[in-house]
Amino acid sequence: MTTIDARGLSCPEPVILISQAMKSGEAAYEIKVDNRVSKENVTRYAEHQGYKVSVTEADGEFTLAIRK
Amino acid sequence: MNKSREKLWIILAGAVIGVIASALVLLGNPKNMGFCIACFIRDTAGGLKLHSAGVVQYIRPEIIGIILGSFLLSLTRKEFSPRGGSSPMTRLVLGFFVMIGCLMFLGCPFRMILRLAGGDLNALLGLVGFAAGIVCGIFYLKRGYSLKRTYRLPASEGAAMPAVAVVLLILLLAFPSLLAFSESGPGSMRAALWISLLAGLIVGGLAQYTRLCMVGGIRDAILFREFKLLFGFIAIFASALIMNLVFTAVKPDAAYFSLGFEGQPVAHMDGVWNALGMLLTGFACVLLGGCPLRQLVLAGEGNSDSALTVVGLLLGAAFAHNFGLASSAAGPTDAGKIAVIIGIVVVILIGECNIARNKKKG
Repeated sequence: MTTIDARGLSCPEPVILISQAMKSGEAAYEIKVDNRVSKENVTRYAEHQGYKVSVTEADGEFTLAIRK
Repeated sequence: MNKSREKLWIILAGAVIGVIASALVLLGNPKNMGFCIACFIRDTAGGLKLHSAGVVQYIRPEIIGIILGSFLLSLTRKEFSPRGGSSPMTRLVLGFFVMIGCLMFLGCPFRMILRLAGGDLNALLGLVGFAAGIVCGIFYLKRGYSLKRTYRLPASEGAAMPAVAVVLLILLLAFPSLLAFSESGPGSMRAALWISLLAGLIVGGLAQYTRLCMVGGIRDAILFREFKLLFGFIAIFASALIMNLVFTAVKPDAAYFSLGFEGQPVAHMDGVWNALGMLLTGFACVLLGGCPLRQLVLAGEGNSDSALTVVGLLLGAAFAHNFGLASSAAGPTDAGKIAVIIGIVVVILIGECNIARNKKKG
């Protein structure tokens, strides 16, 4: 599973990172972001690509588990 | 928020913003300039005597309202987030050249839409340049361009720009004799202070809620086939167009909609430089992560990088008028053309210097 630390990065960078990672065609990814805009944008992109996304939040940071 | 609700909200927000923008013209703002973030920051620079162009001096309450509208809504939504440290000086320079591009074209991306909605076909050339600039920016994003991470900062840092907005409002209300006010030209054309402030507050709140961004619309559509932000862009155009047509039907002499290239309000007809000005703006805005409106909204949310970008916009406006770089209805100036070319070169250099060598995988 590829893990991406996108904390502190502003959109569209987290979405670009996950889109580039998805080119490898893995079944699962984990990405960490620290703002709601990135969480929403990554979720929207991953769902559009046919993945399911579950989000856990702790101390203002979001961990998105992305699976086929 | 689910996807269809998100789309509905941004279309509604865009429609409301288009109506407000057209209504502000009816109430006194210059034509096709209900809102223009670049023009209004330029007017504000003049109001603060940072430049001496007598026709564009007025601290625009719309700018104060947008910052405070975003600040207040982000507080209530628990999205006020003081952060910064992502290449601040680079962002200031990018903000400076965004303004140089805007003042070549005579309008920010927001006003570009409003000019199109007023029938100004010169703005079509601006739109072509803007889209080309966004494509240039995307070229760097795809190669790993990044201004690096932001970090959490104290609340006082995040509140600095909203505090500046409050100080500007106090100056405007209580100490107008300290400020400059245009007596002719676009700076003298203004809706009542409280109406402008209220309009800014509503637009700032709506833009904070929907993440509306003029650059993001075209950028995301090309990069990810994601059209949410583009719907907001189109909704502003459609509603402002309808309002302009209605106002023109009611008051035909006022011509709020006039289709053509010639005689357009606060515009020139040099197509090449209209396009190149907006190319610079679109390119630099992609490297910044958002249009001037989005920078104001993020500054209101506590982002001090965006606050510095706004300072860059202000500096750009002051330089543009002190050094004769800004266009006028007569057309662009030679100094302005040189400044736009320098701007495009600087933005390319910033792009090249900030391409990440290692992918951020861990």
